[in-house]
Amino acid sequence: MMTNMVGALNNALDLILKENNDAVILGEDVGKDGGVFRVTDGLYDKYGDSRVIDTPLSEAGIIGTSIGMALAGMHPIAEVQFAGFMYLAFDQLVNHAARYRSRTRSTKSIPMIVRTPVSGGVRTLEHHSDSPEVYYSHVGGLIVVEPSNPYDAKGLMIRASHMNDPVIFLEPTKLYRLFKQEVPENVYEVPIGKANVVKPGDDLTIITWGTMVPVVKNAVDKKGTNAEIIDVRTINPLDEATILESVKKTGRAMIVHEAQLSFGAGAEISARIAEKAIFELDAPIIRVASDSLPYPYPGYEQYYIPNESKVSQAIDKIMSE
Amino acid sequence: MLKRVYDGSVDYMQIMDEKGNVDQILIPKELDDNKILDMYKWMSFARALDAKALSLQRQGRAVTYAPLVGEEATQIGSALAMGPNDFFVPNFRQHGVFLVRGLPLDAFFVYWKGYEEGSTIGKGVNAVPYIVPVATQMPHAAGIAFAQKYRNTGSTVVAYVGDGGTSEGNFYEAINFAGVMKAPLVSIIENNGWAISEPRSKQSITSTLAQKAIAAGIPAIQVDGNDVLAVYKATKDAITNSKNGPTVIECLTYRMSMHTTADDPTKYRSDADVDAWKARDPILRVRMYLNNKGLWDDSKESAMADAQLKQIDDAVEKAEAFKADPKSMFENLYSYMPDILKEEMDDAVAAGFWQQ
Repeated sequence: MMTNMVGALNNALDLILKENNDAVILGEDVGKDGGVFRVTDGLYDKYGDSRVIDTPLSEAGIIGTSIGMALAGMHPIAEVQFAGFMYLAFDQLVNHAARYRSRTRSTKSIPMIVRTPVSGGVRTLEHHSDSPEVYYSHVGGLIVVEPSNPYDAKGLMIRASHMNDPVIFLEPTKLYRLFKQEVPENVYEVPIGKANVVKPGDDLTIITWGTMVPVVKNAVDKKGTNAEIIDVRTINPLDEATILESVKKTGRAMIVHEAQLSFGAGAEISARIAEKAIFELDAPIIRVASDSLPYPYPGYEQYYIPNESKVSQAIDKIMSE
Repeated sequence: MLKRVYDGSVDYMQIMDEKGNVDQILIPKELDDNKILDMYKWMSFARALDAKALSLQRQGRAVTYAPLVGEEATQIGSALAMGPNDFFVPNFRQHGVFLVRGLPLDAFFVYWKGYEEGSTIGKGVNAVPYIVPVATQMPHAAGIAFAQKYRNTGSTVVAYVGDGGTSEGNFYEAINFAGVMKAPLVSIIENNGWAISEPRSKQSITSTLAQKAIAAGIPAIQVDGNDVLAVYKATKDAITNSKNGPTVIECLTYRMSMHTTADDPTKYRSDADVDAWKARDPILRVRMYLNNKGLWDDSKESAMADAQLKQIDDAVEKAEAFKADPKSMFENLYSYMPDILKEEMDDAVAAGFWQQ
């Protein structure tokens, strides 16, 4: 079927609920409203209010209750309406979801998916456009996934539902309806922990994810650079092998993400490349990211998010070294 | 042994009914007809301001906007009960309170155009800016209230939270803190019946939201939130009593429009749900009262509306002239400019990223 990311996710959730009776969806407005982005549209009518649950307005309640459900053998799929509201549940994620397995030496686990829309570029209100991948990756114990296209979104969601781990599933708002793609109607998995080489190339490796994947693709297409583009898809645990293999081939590495530059995931990737492949590099590593400040209100977002020209200038710079 | 250790109850108050009849025993003495006329004008102003913001959003000249229509009595009644030195803590819908408290209207429109410069509030307006993450403003309100007591200012803090917001831990934590600290906090639950698509019944199985205050050991009252007189009296009484500690006021009102302009209410509620509340309109009943007293007519109405619209349009014009300065993002992050941040800013200027 030809569908956008919303359709692909909706289809994935439908298949998961069909396949696993212990899977439930819970969150604010996920029922009758079908979610504010319509990702759960129609599932309330199909599966009823015991499996698609409109909860009270409480992010900590949604995540904490999901952890309890997971401990008792269910596989909850929680929705937090916007990533900027998920900090209210940060304790539950960092202190509990991330740690139950290690604290109990794997006698307890938290099979749970937490879905939340991330990133900006769509002129939303304050706190609706954060790119928080690094907060959840830093703790250890939480798998952090972010698809950049409908096919990956569905496959990663289904894979997450088959895992016995807490998966933070970040959905870029800007990509929800940006384009359609052919997506198989059946159940299929896209591996978690495995990066995707979006475009092979020899002169430069660009490592990116989420909203920046189409931005990088366009910049590279327009310049005609022979760049290899890697969509990491899973931010934690990182697929270091695919990145190093590419960088060793091209000799140049650039990381592009929408989250803030300072202490972003780009720093982690850059450090790993420096530690393990610095002698294969022909140029210093470059990071392209948003400025080191909180996501601004939309009047300023055009000045804040990396755009094609910023990526393009960075390509010129790294290729001139 | 078995004995009852606690009994709790919550009163409901209405002063002006849907037909404009006034309870002469409950109405505060200071509310003469001139004051009631004032309330009417402020509510009408708030509705006009709301309509303008909504229309600008629909024209693509404002960002996602949360309309207040239907909730004027809750906002204006409580705002008018505040003294000049009292402090106000909103969520994201209290445009009417901001209006009464003196937020410059051009700042209102600059905010809803999408610029932080609209959150500068203005001198003499004792308020924090709009707070979007639900109920997270409530502990701030408790802290501001504690500071009033600590610094002996005599000011009271009036904070607003929605019905959905009462499900957040932050709401209970705030009223409980204020209770323990005996802080002068008045928490107004603007219960408009909906948290986006979820009706009040999905938030709690309690029969009132006001009764949540009982668990914090503080007084609470439920009022007709579409009755500006009842909201005024409840707020005034709570402010007067705030030297003894906090109060919770639940105002029963109704969100006549969408949650925000990004919302489509036809997905989850019927016209009949909304129609039932049209007769309970907060402005309509005061108009009936004023008509009956011979204090108002159509020509006065249109003169008032024209004057208000003029003020609104002037403010829109001023806001449209606002020029964004991307440097302000960097210059307002810390109390000083770190070298590492200045380098980022200078790089962006040098690369010409802001010229596109």
